[in-house]
Amino acid sequence: MSPSPSVQDNSANTLGISVLAAALKEAALAALVALGLFFFLIGIKTDQGPTGALVIMPRFEALAMIVGAVFTGSFLRALIAGNKSIMSRVELPAWIVPKLQWAGRFMGAAFLVFALALPFLFFNNRYVLDLGILVLTYVMLGWGLNIVVGLAGLLDLGYVAFYAVGAYSYALLAQNFGLSFWIGLPLAGILAAFWGVLLGFPVLRLRGDYLAIVTLGFGEIIRLVLLNWRDLTGGPNGISGIPRPSFFGLPFDESANGFAATFGLEFTPTHRLVFLFYLILALALVTNWVTLRLRRLPIGRAWEALREDEIACRALGINTTNTKLTAFAIGAMFGGFSGAFFATRQSFISPESFNFGESALVLAIVVLGGMGSQLGVAIAALAMIGGFELFRGFEQYRMLLFGATMVIIMIWRPRGLIATRTPSLLLAAGKAKSASSNRDGDGR
Amino acid sequence: MGDNAESILAVEHLTMHFGGLVAVDNFSFAARRGEVTALIGPNGAGKTTVFNCVTGFYKPTVGMIRLLHPDGREFLLERLLDFRITKLARVARTFQNIRLFPGMTVLENLVVAQHNPLMVASGFSIAGLFGLKSYAQAEKAAIDKARYWLDRTGLLARADDNAGQLAYGEQRRLEIVRAMCTDPVLLCLDEPAAGLNANESADLNKLLLFIRAEHGTSIVLIEHDMSVVMEISDHIVVLDYGLKIADGTPSDIRNDPKVIAAYLGHEDDATELSGAGARP
Repeated sequence: MSPSPSVQDNSANTLGISVLAAALKEAALAALVALGLFFFLIGIKTDQGPTGALVIMPRFEALAMIVGAVFTGSFLRALIAGNKSIMSRVELPAWIVPKLQWAGRFMGAAFLVFALALPFLFFNNRYVLDLGILVLTYVMLGWGLNIVVGLAGLLDLGYVAFYAVGAYSYALLAQNFGLSFWIGLPLAGILAAFWGVLLGFPVLRLRGDYLAIVTLGFGEIIRLVLLNWRDLTGGPNGISGIPRPSFFGLPFDESANGFAATFGLEFTPTHRLVFLFYLILALALVTNWVTLRLRRLPIGRAWEALREDEIACRALGINTTNTKLTAFAIGAMFGGFSGAFFATRQSFISPESFNFGESALVLAIVVLGGMGSQLGVAIAALAMIGGFELFRGFEQYRMLLFGATMVIIMIWRPRGLIATRTPSLLLAAGKAKSASSNRDGDGR
Repeated sequence: MGDNAESILAVEHLTMHFGGLVAVDNFSFAARRGEVTALIGPNGAGKTTVFNCVTGFYKPTVGMIRLLHPDGREFLLERLLDFRITKLARVARTFQNIRLFPGMTVLENLVVAQHNPLMVASGFSIAGLFGLKSYAQAEKAAIDKARYWLDRTGLLARADDNAGQLAYGEQRRLEIVRAMCTDPVLLCLDEPAAGLNANESADLNKLLLFIRAEHGTSIVLIEHDMSVVMEISDHIVVLDYGLKIADGTPSDIRNDPKVIAAYLGHEDDATELSGAGARP
């Protein structure tokens, strides 16, 4: 028994109307929320009046515009997507996955070649070289934090503390004992690792949010100590005149025994910049090599097992205390190395450089890149630091753009840009795994 | 019973309080070497608490837990930290709610279980970092051991899949063989047959009997599935409200009126009701 055409028409009509009504209702609700939210943020503004007193300036046009935008946006979304939530993760089409894997295999190599060639391509462009050094510093920090957060699953919001310990260690050792960069660098790493263990002890029993809060506190404590211990750290004035690194004993200056004169080159300050670029590139690559190597060793597998299930680890005879502390120590050590590099590059450090924003930025790089993925972290560092520079023209709007991008990425790729995990060892040697299937289990 | 020469695990006067609640009350039993000992009892009887005490996840309020190795070494488990119980005393356990590493592959799960020997072989990561040959050999041996157990459980084809992707029954089996990869002398299984169908239970029985026969590992298991308990146990201990109510061979237990009463209720309705009322 089929329904008569008129009935069908009728039902289609009512269906259309009901969809429209639902969309209108949803849009109105969203607009109402936006109105409530933005009334105080955008709708009113305080300003200095003619008598010098504060006056409230209404900005209702701006408020109306934003509420209208929210209404239109959510109305269109409801019409087009219907009940489907945009919150669902974007599944890549099946045909593209092998191609992406193929591309991913060469992407790391391509990035490396580009990084090696960069100083030659942009030798006369100080800005690009400086930006390259900055990006690589964050790549290294991201890789260091990736050990703690990505592999061991310990959410650390105070990573900047180790960056600061490394920077101040090198600065103080160089200033007080005249140690060169090449001796100061390993010492800074060791001291940062020591602090990693020291701060790791009290948080052994904590996980997740609680760990995050405590590490956040530690980060702030280190910064406040640096700020207030004037005798040692110079307080808010920081430490200036930190020695620059030399090229195996040859300083980058105009003197007769400087780098340029020794190699018969015309002196240019770019030499030092190029050297710093290759230095941070080498440090970052060492971080990467050690991380990839450790991942294939029992300690790396124990870190990942710890992330998956701590109780099961203990039931298998794994000393979770030592495992956590090594993760903290090694992550902190790389933070210390990059801190020492930062100090020698800037030649001036102050507690201002080590605020919570830095920790958050590095963590954002790790999370956006995909926890545990080395390539993802590198891409995220490039996108965040480089992208930030790219949108310099947008002035105050770049922060908005930045936030929106992060929200969108987290909605569509909640596990980060590269969410696949490469197994640390395979039984079927050479058999390529379907990467998209990994991490699909109820991982954590 | 009670002959130390052949017992592997002796639990004596074990008592565990959680605040005012007495979960296990003056409980003693012995598990003999090379046997399957089943710990049964109604829900909430304190079986898992006993397990958690034996494997170090709880510190017992009172009591002594002795483990005797075949070579004569004795360990007092109540004094050891949980991970040392597996590492030194060689007691492995599984969990009632399966605890695999779901985001890691099946093979990685089994290799993680061999963490301690591999750590030594990798020179605590330092030798391994520079790719020394001795570590490569140790890793190959670890993979071979994993391959052996995967072959035993029919999981060889799934070795490179994530453990979280396995079917429920396969996850149960994987957890058992992962525990076996730590080379235990005593294997403690917490409800290994929970949620398995009849075929899977039969496979589980075969696996457990194989472990006992070929590897000489003694097994203590908590189980509700009587087809598993009666078929493979050599010795059954029954626990109710934290107290031991029976201890003997499967046929003894099957006919024990106290056990029947604990499981099915008393014949007298009044006592049954008061019993039911007292149950928390």
